[in-house]
Amino acid sequence: METPDDRRYSSDHEWALADGSRVRVGITDYAQDALGDVVFVDLPAVGKAVQAGDVLGEVESTKSVSEVYAPVAGTVVAVNGGVADAPEKLNRDPYGDGWLCELEVADTSVLGGLLDAAAYRALTES
Amino acid sequence: MSEGAMGDQAMGDQAMGEEAFTTAAAPGGRAASAPLLGHEAEPTLFELSRPGRASWQLRTTGVPEWPAEELVPAEHRRTEPVALAEVSERDLVAHFTRLSHRQYSVDLGAYPLGSCTMKYNPKVCDTVAALPGLALTHPATPASLAQGWLALLVELEEALCEITGMAAATLQPAAGAAGELTGLLLMRAYHAARGEDRRRVIIPDSAHGTNPASVTLGGYEVTTVPSDERGCVDMAALREVLGPDVAGIMLTNPNTLGLFEEDIQAIAAAVHEVGGLLYYDGANLNAILGVVRPGDMGFDIVHMNLHKTFATPHGGGGPGAGPVAVAEHLVELLPGPRPVRLPDGGGRQSSRQGDEPRPLVDGDRRGPGEGHYSGDHRSLDEVDMRVDAGVGPSQALPAGTVPHPAGTRPAYGWVVPARSIGRVHSWHGNALVLARALTYIEVHGADGLRRVAERAVLNANWLRVRLRPTFDVPFDRPCMHEVVLAAATLRRRDGVRALDVAKRLLEEGFHAPTVYFPLIVDEALMIEPTETESPQTLEALAQAFERIVADASAPGGAERAAAAPRTTPVRRVDEARAARTLVPTFDARP
Repeated sequence: METPDDRRYSSDHEWALADGSRVRVGITDYAQDALGDVVFVDLPAVGKAVQAGDVLGEVESTKSVSEVYAPVAGTVVAVNGGVADAPEKLNRDPYGDGWLCELEVADTSVLGGLLDAAAYRALTES
Repeated sequence: MSEGAMGDQAMGDQAMGEEAFTTAAAPGGRAASAPLLGHEAEPTLFELSRPGRASWQLRTTGVPEWPAEELVPAEHRRTEPVALAEVSERDLVAHFTRLSHRQYSVDLGAYPLGSCTMKYNPKVCDTVAALPGLALTHPATPASLAQGWLALLVELEEALCEITGMAAATLQPAAGAAGELTGLLLMRAYHAARGEDRRRVIIPDSAHGTNPASVTLGGYEVTTVPSDERGCVDMAALREVLGPDVAGIMLTNPNTLGLFEEDIQAIAAAVHEVGGLLYYDGANLNAILGVVRPGDMGFDIVHMNLHKTFATPHGGGGPGAGPVAVAEHLVELLPGPRPVRLPDGGGRQSSRQGDEPRPLVDGDRRGPGEGHYSGDHRSLDEVDMRVDAGVGPSQALPAGTVPHPAGTRPAYGWVVPARSIGRVHSWHGNALVLARALTYIEVHGADGLRRVAERAVLNANWLRVRLRPTFDVPFDRPCMHEVVLAAATLRRRDGVRALDVAKRLLEEGFHAPTVYFPLIVDEALMIEPTETESPQTLEALAQAFERIVADASAPGGAERAAAAPRTTPVRRVDEARAARTLVPTFDARP
């Protein structure tokens, strides 16, 4: 199970990777493995404003439907249409091609409140 | 999961090496009556179709033919014939007989599909439902000429109310999810009548997936409450989410982990204290039949799955039926028209007159005045019902205009409750399913229904203990009618998942258990043996599971498990591909 050190994690199994004031969001390798084969990804509308913990979208696998929560507050400025067209990308490359959306975040220091890779690894291995 | 839903599209590359026998090789196309061997897919009727072939044709009818042009306006006429399959009766019967031989069903063997209560359906229930007086009555028959049917419906409602401890019930809802939606609409109507705007319904994280769907369809928001370490509703967490905007809570008891919610009375008190209602998801009623009653636990609304608990056909052999029973304060809201015993009916007060009334719940568990059929324990006046004697549910004839046999006055009629939420099904619900359910209740009686629950619980616990060395038991304490095991250790140790175990069980000749549910258990295997399986069958099932787990750790075990099922007519289906590229129609045109 991979957990790259370059980003932050929520206890709900989302990752957040900052590039300037833009934060890219996806779900973790652990999450995609637990979900199994993803068959449908519901992405938020561009322009939608979310608080941390708000529902960003849904990921449906052959096992279940799970909600994806915003790890930080922000406004949706981009979504990954590629993963909506080919949901298997989420299983194949959750940290790369399988990203879900990008948030414009006023204060990226809030990412410091999320888990780092070591803490997330500890969470999923417990 | 439903093995019956397997598609055929994954079969193309798996047809085994029986080319010499394939029907595709027959001269002039596929031969409909040739045997199917190995994994070859059964052709569709459209693939078997040959122009001009027919099952049978009328030689002469004696009925003059009318040109379509004179009967149907031009804009509604087809310009070309509809593409129907053209097959002979011989080939048609062979097609469906072959399909039936490839099916797995409750009539064939054990079906431990958790949460679905796939018990054996006694044939006596089908015999009763096939009686011409029941099966051939048109639903539009005036009430005065369908008194037997109305008596059946009224007696079923009374029996279900006695079993659940509720005041009245609607028999209309088509099945469980329809019952849930009906219940949510009743909840909404109840609060609206009191001028209250409540927005949230609480659901445990172990709930059936239909619960949040019904809440959303009913116009409410879902609030999830977590389970505690014992697998039951976390009382402290529940108190935190309760408030004046809570419309109610949906619970199944026993819950989906097969565990009895021991704090149910405290839960009921806490929800009622904030003005909310308690909804009982009756999916697991089989566990408590004749032992405890949802009404006595404090529930206000109860749905029942007659096709589970009361053994009417389901799982491809339906339709189901999902009656909803309610407490006194919700009776006036029930869907209508409802079949009722008329207060001044000239017929028998009870069709069971002369019988010794048989209680359906042990005497010491009944409240005062309950437990018999003959008592008119619900006064029609109290709930201000409009009584239209002799008027069928879809008719608006004034009372008295419908003829009835000379010298009798109808004992049963239809009423629309004063503040009814309206119809939730056409006519009287799935009526022949209701006839089967009443038959099941009658042939069992109180002692028999109680034994159903006791043996269902005993069978599940026997498997829990028997399979302890084989699988993880996440909540290893006495369970109710089903047990949730897990393949988490198996997956870590041997790379074999719950899904693989389910597919391997098909090779062993059993139906698969439910897998990956409830969601809060990793690699869940949810097993519900039901009361109808013998100890010998349970032992055979346990040994099959043992063989599967033993084989998983043998050389090549993970690969064999991933390739399962290898012996079934349809092998492993690519569920992900089927869902990603859904093809819901079949086009036989070249």
